[in-house]
Amino acid sequence: MTGSNGSEATRAGVEVRLEDLRRTYGTTTALDGLTLTLAPGELVALLGPSGCGKTTALRLLAGLEEANGGRVIIAGKDVTNVPANRRDIGMVFQAYSLFPHMTASQNVEFGLQLHRVDQDERRQRAREVLDLVGLAAHANKFAHQMSGGQQQRVALARALAIRPKVLLLDEPLSALDAKVRSRLRDEIRRVQLEVGITTLFVTHDQEEALAIADRVGVMQAGRLEQLGPPTEIYSRPRTPFVAEFVGLSNRMPGEVKFGGVEVRGTQLPLVQKDVPAGPAVALVRPEAVTIAGDGKSASGPLVGTVIAVAFLGAVSRVTVDLGDITVLAQLPTSAAADHPAGSRVRLTLRPDPVLVETKEATTASA
Amino acid sequence: MSRARRFRLQVFRIAVFVVMGLFFLVPIGSMFEFSTRGNSATAPRNLDAWLNIVKTPELSEAIIASLELAVITTLAMLVLVLPTMVWVRLRFSGLSRVIEFICLIPLTVPAIALVVGMVPIYRWININVNDSILTLAFAYLILVLPYSYRALDAGLSAIDLKTLSEAARSLGAGWATVMLRVVMPNMSTAILNASLLSVALVLGEYTFANLLAYENLQVAIAYVGLVDAGTSIAVAVASLMFAFVLLLILSYLGRRQAPFAQAAAADYDLAQTVGLSGGVIGRAGR
Repeated sequence: MTGSNGSEATRAGVEVRLEDLRRTYGTTTALDGLTLTLAPGELVALLGPSGCGKTTALRLLAGLEEANGGRVIIAGKDVTNVPANRRDIGMVFQAYSLFPHMTASQNVEFGLQLHRVDQDERRQRAREVLDLVGLAAHANKFAHQMSGGQQQRVALARALAIRPKVLLLDEPLSALDAKVRSRLRDEIRRVQLEVGITTLFVTHDQEEALAIADRVGVMQAGRLEQLGPPTEIYSRPRTPFVAEFVGLSNRMPGEVKFGGVEVRGTQLPLVQKDVPAGPAVALVRPEAVTIAGDGKSASGPLVGTVIAVAFLGAVSRVTVDLGDITVLAQLPTSAAADHPAGSRVRLTLRPDPVLVETKEATTASA
Repeated sequence: MSRARRFRLQVFRIAVFVVMGLFFLVPIGSMFEFSTRGNSATAPRNLDAWLNIVKTPELSEAIIASLELAVITTLAMLVLVLPTMVWVRLRFSGLSRVIEFICLIPLTVPAIALVVGMVPIYRWININVNDSILTLAFAYLILVLPYSYRALDAGLSAIDLKTLSEAARSLGAGWATVMLRVVMPNMSTAILNASLLSVALVLGEYTFANLLAYENLQVAIAYVGLVDAGTSIAVAVASLMFAFVLLLILSYLGRRQAPFAQAAAADYDLAQTVGLSGGVIGRAGR
C-alpha cells in the first residue's frame, strides 16, 4: 500500500499533528490534552521527568496505545483509529529491539518484505540504509555480535528502510554509555537531516534534547509546559518547572517589589508579569553568578566561602557557602583557579530576567 | 575459575552422568534382556516378542492411535496455549497469574478425579459426535497443559516480547506475522520442549484411555502383557526408544535452528522430559 510509490512525499517530510490527546490509566492521567504540531522535516524533542507523559504521547502517535480522546493526524490524514502496523511510522526503542534470529540486513529487510518490496530492491535498500548509518560492513552480523550502539544504529536503519512518514525515537540512547551516546546522538541528527523525515524524539536527558532538536517540548504531569527552540527553553524558561528541569538553577530567597525581585541586595528583573509583592524564591542560573573579587576584607550579603570547585573542562562550577544558603557559580576554569576551596569570595548577580516562585505558585504546582 | 575447581566440577559432572545413565539404562537393558528370552528356561534367545508387535493388529493399531494422538494434542496445545500466553503478556498482564493458576490445576487434580469428571462428557461425545479414539485429544490437552505452560512460559520470559512485537508492528506486521516470524523463531527451544513434553506424556498415558475405554498404546501393552509378557515388554522398550530417539532428533534440530536459545534451559527441560518418559517404564510393568 505504501512501498516505494510514497517515497517522494516521504523524502520531503510531512506534517504531524496531535490534537488534544488524552490518555488515562485507571485513575492516573498520563496525558492531559496534548496539542502539538510538527512541521514537515522537523525534529521535536519531548523532554520531561519519568511519568510526565512523553512516552505515552509517542506511543499514541505510533498507535501502540489507544487514546481516550483527541486525534492524531499524519500528513493531513486522521489516523487515530488506524492500527500501528498501517500507520507508516518508523520507530526506534529504548530497549534493544533487533530480532535476535536475523542478521542486521535481514532485520532491515523484514519491514521491506512486509511492504511487498521485491527482493532486488530490498537488498539494494538494505545496503543503502546500513551504509547511511555507517554499518555496511556489519550487514551479516547478528544482534548478539554487535555493540549496543551498533544495534541501535541498525534499529534506526531498519526503521528508515520502509521510508516511513514519521520517525519516532523512544529514548534510543539511554541504554548506551556516555561517549557512544553523544556520538550516536549527533549521528541520529545527521541522518534525520539527510533523510528530511519528521521526527519525534522522547528523552529525559535535557542535554540530548537541547543538542539535536529543532524545538523542545518540556512536559510535566501530562501537559506541555513550554515548547520552543532549545535556546529559548534554556534562556527564557516560562515556568519555574522548566527553569529547574532544564539546566541548573540556584534557589535564592528574595522579595518581589517595584516590578522586580530583590535578592540579597541586588535588584533583578522578572520574567513573569503580575507577581504579587512579597517573599519569593528566585531561580538564578549559575552562569549569571560571577565572582567579583576577593572577599577577605569585604562583608555583605553576597560574601561567602568557596566549599567546592568542580572542574568541567572549559568551565568550572564553584560552590559558595553564603551562610544561610549555598550558591553555584559557573565561570571559566582560568578564573576559577584563583578561588580554591576555602577562600573567601564576593559574588555579583548579573541582572538577567529571572523566574520567581511565590508561595501560592509553589503550592499550586506541587 | 581455578583449575582445581574446574577439575572437581568435571568429576562431579561425570559422576552424575554415570549414575543417571545407570538409573535409566539398567531397567531398559533388563527389559530388553527379558523380551528376548525364549518361552522356557532352556529355549534359545530369540526376537519373537519383537516380531509379535507387528503381528498383533490390536497393538499396531494402538501404536498408530497413540502417535496420532500425540501429534494432534501437541499441535492443538501450541495453537491454543501459545497465542493465549502472548496475548495475556502483552495486553492483560494482570491476568497472567490467573492463567498460570488455571493451567497448573491439572497438576493438582489426580488423573482419576479428572477422568471421573469427564466420563459423562465423553459419553455424550461418543453418542452425539464421534466415538473415535482421537477424541481423547481433548482430555490430553488438559493433561499436558501444566507442562507445556511451564516450558512456554520459560521461553517467553527469555525474550523481550513487548519490544520485539512492537518493533515488528511498527514495521508493518500484523499479529499473525508477529507470532510466526518474530515470536516463534525466537522461542523455538521452548516450543520444542513443550512439544516433547506433550508427546512423551501422551505416549505414556494409561489412566485416561483405560477408564474411558479406549485402547491406546499403554492400554494395549497392559492387555498384551496379560497373555504375553515378552511382547508387552518389547513394546514398552520400543516406545521408550522411540521417545528417546525423537527427543534426540528434536533437540539436535532445535539447537541448530536456535543458536541463541539458552542451552542451559534446554538441558533442564531435557532432563525433565527424560524423567517423564521414564514414567512409561513404571506403567508398562502393569
